[in-house]
Amino acid sequence: MIEIQELCKYYGQSRAIGPLSATIEKGEVVGLLGLNGAGKTTTLRILACDLLPSSGTVKVHGIDVVERPQEVRRRIGYLPDTPPLYDEMRVGEYLQFALELRGKPASEGKQRVPAVAERLGLSQVLREPVFSLSHGFRQRVGIAQAIVHDPELVVLDEPISGLDPVQIVEMRALVRQLKNDHTVLVSSHILSEISETCDRLLVLRDGVVVASGTEEQLSQNLLEGIRIELTVRADSGDLARILGVIRAIPGVSNAGAISALERGHKVQSFEIQAKKDVREQVGASLQQAGFPLLALAKTESELEDVFLKLAGGTTAAQRAVAAEAASKGAA
Amino acid sequence: MSQTLLIARRELRAYFRSPLGSVVIASALLLDGILFYWRSLSQRLLSGEALAEFFWWTSGVTITAALFLSMRLVAEERQTGTFTLLNTSPLAEWQIVIGKYLSVWCMVLLLTVLSVYMPLLLLVNGKVSFGHIVTGYLGQVLIGGAAAAIGLFASTLTRSQLVAIVVGAAIVVLMLVFWVLGQAIDPPLNKVLAAAALHHANFRPFQFGILELGATTYYLSVAYLFLFGSVKVLEARRWR
Repeated sequence: MIEIQELCKYYGQSRAIGPLSATIEKGEVVGLLGLNGAGKTTTLRILACDLLPSSGTVKVHGIDVVERPQEVRRRIGYLPDTPPLYDEMRVGEYLQFALELRGKPASEGKQRVPAVAERLGLSQVLREPVFSLSHGFRQRVGIAQAIVHDPELVVLDEPISGLDPVQIVEMRALVRQLKNDHTVLVSSHILSEISETCDRLLVLRDGVVVASGTEEQLSQNLLEGIRIELTVRADSGDLARILGVIRAIPGVSNAGAISALERGHKVQSFEIQAKKDVREQVGASLQQAGFPLLALAKTESELEDVFLKLAGGTTAAQRAVAAEAASKGAA
Repeated sequence: MSQTLLIARRELRAYFRSPLGSVVIASALLLDGILFYWRSLSQRLLSGEALAEFFWWTSGVTITAALFLSMRLVAEERQTGTFTLLNTSPLAEWQIVIGKYLSVWCMVLLLTVLSVYMPLLLLVNGKVSFGHIVTGYLGQVLIGGAAAAIGLFASTLTRSQLVAIVVGAAIVVLMLVFWVLGQAIDPPLNKVLAAAALHHANFRPFQFGILELGATTYYLSVAYLFLFGSVKVLEARRWR
C-alpha cells in the first residue's frame, strides 16, 4: 500500500527526516511514534502530498507522490495536527464541501455525509456551525473530512492530542473502527495513546525509523532482563548504602531510588534492572545488611520504557538514577 | 473547473458570514457617496465632467476595497490551518488561485454595481452618454480586478493579514507613482514607466468614456502577472 524508500527532507541545511524507509500493507493500522521533532508530521505531510521531499521515493498504491500527486491525493484522507475546519460553515455543509473538493460528485454527498456523521457520532451536530463545537467534536469533524470521500488510506496526525480521558477512549475506538474500510497511519508522541489502537508501530528518532514491530516484539527485542521494585525500612541517609548493597549483587545492571508514598516513616523504595531474576539474592543481602524488606516484586517491562529507549528519552530507571544524583548534589 | 467554482462559492459565503465583506462594501459605498457629492455635485461642472470626476475618485476607493477584500484569501487560511485541506485535495495551485480570485472579483463587481445609482442620477438629470457610464464602469472592474490580483499575491506571501495588506498597498502605491517617476526621468524609460502606471495614463481613457485596447490589455496583464505570481508562490511553498 505504502512504500517509502530512502526518503529525506531538508529545511535549508537542517535534515528533518531521512534516510527513511518503511512499508505499510493494506488494511493495517500503523502507529508512527516519536518525540516532538522526530519528523512525524513532516513524514505524514509528504505522504499526504502537502510537502515535497528533498530526495527518495514515496509510493501509495504504486503511485509516486511527486510524479502524480493528484492521483495520490484522491486516495488519501489527511487530518493534520490542527483540524482544517472553516468556523463559519455548518458541519454538514463543511463535509459536503470536503467531499466535492476531493472530486466526488455533489449527489454522492447525500448518502456519504449522513453515513460518515452517523459513524463518527456527529449526526446531532450536522446543522451546527463549526465554531460552536467542543474540542472533541472538532477532532471528530476533522476525521470525518478525512474519510468522507472514502479514501483507501487515512493519515491522522496526533488525533488524540488535547482530548479528555473519555474522548481518548472514544477516539481510540474510532481509529480502530476505521481499520474495517481503510489503511490507517496514525502518529503520536505518547505511546499509550496508540499502542492499543495499532497493529504495528514505527518508532521514529531524528527522522529515521529506529524500530518497527508489534508492541510485544519491540518489548522483547529491546528490554533485556527484568525489572524489580522493592521497598525497605530505612532512613533517607541510608540510600547510598542500600544502593551499594544492591549494585554489588551479580546480575544487577542498574539500580536507583524512587519516591515512596510513606516517605517520612522511614520507608524507601528502589528500582532494579537485572539481567536475570535476582530477587532471592536481593532479599538475602538486604536482610543481612540490616534493612527489613517490606516489599519485593518483579514488574513487567513497560512499553513506555521501550519507546523512550528507542526515541531517545529517559527511562524510569534512568530518571531514578538522575533523581538520586540530584538529591546527592543537593545534600 | 467545478472545484474552482466550489472554492469561489465558499469564499463568497465566507465574505457574507463574516463582517469583512459587508463592512468593506458599506464603507466603500459611503466613501463613494461622500466623494460624489463633494467632487461632482457640489462643483459647477458639466455633467460629463462630473461623471469623469466620479470615475476618477471612485477608482481609488475600488482599489482600496479590493486590497482589503483580498488580504484574507490565503493568509487567513494559512494562519488557521485550513489551507492544508486545499493543499491535500486533488487540485492544482492555479485552481485554488482562480477560485479565490473569482470570489474577490465578484465582490468588486458587487461594489461597482451598487454604486451605479450615482452615475444614473447624472444620466437622468444631466447630459451624459450611456456608453460613457458603461466604459467608466468597465475601467472600475478592470482596475479593481488588477488590485485584487495584487492583494491576492500579497496574501500568498504571509500568514498575517495585516502584513498582506501592507505589502499589497506598497505594490499598488509603487505602481501608482510610476507616472510621477516617468516625469522625472529621461526618455525612453519615462514612457515605459508611464505606461506601467496603475492609474493615471491607463485609467484616463475609461474616465472619459473612451475604450482603449492598450489600457484594457494593461489591466488584464497586471491581473494575469500577479495571479501567475500567486500560483508560483503556492507551488514554491510545497518545498517548505
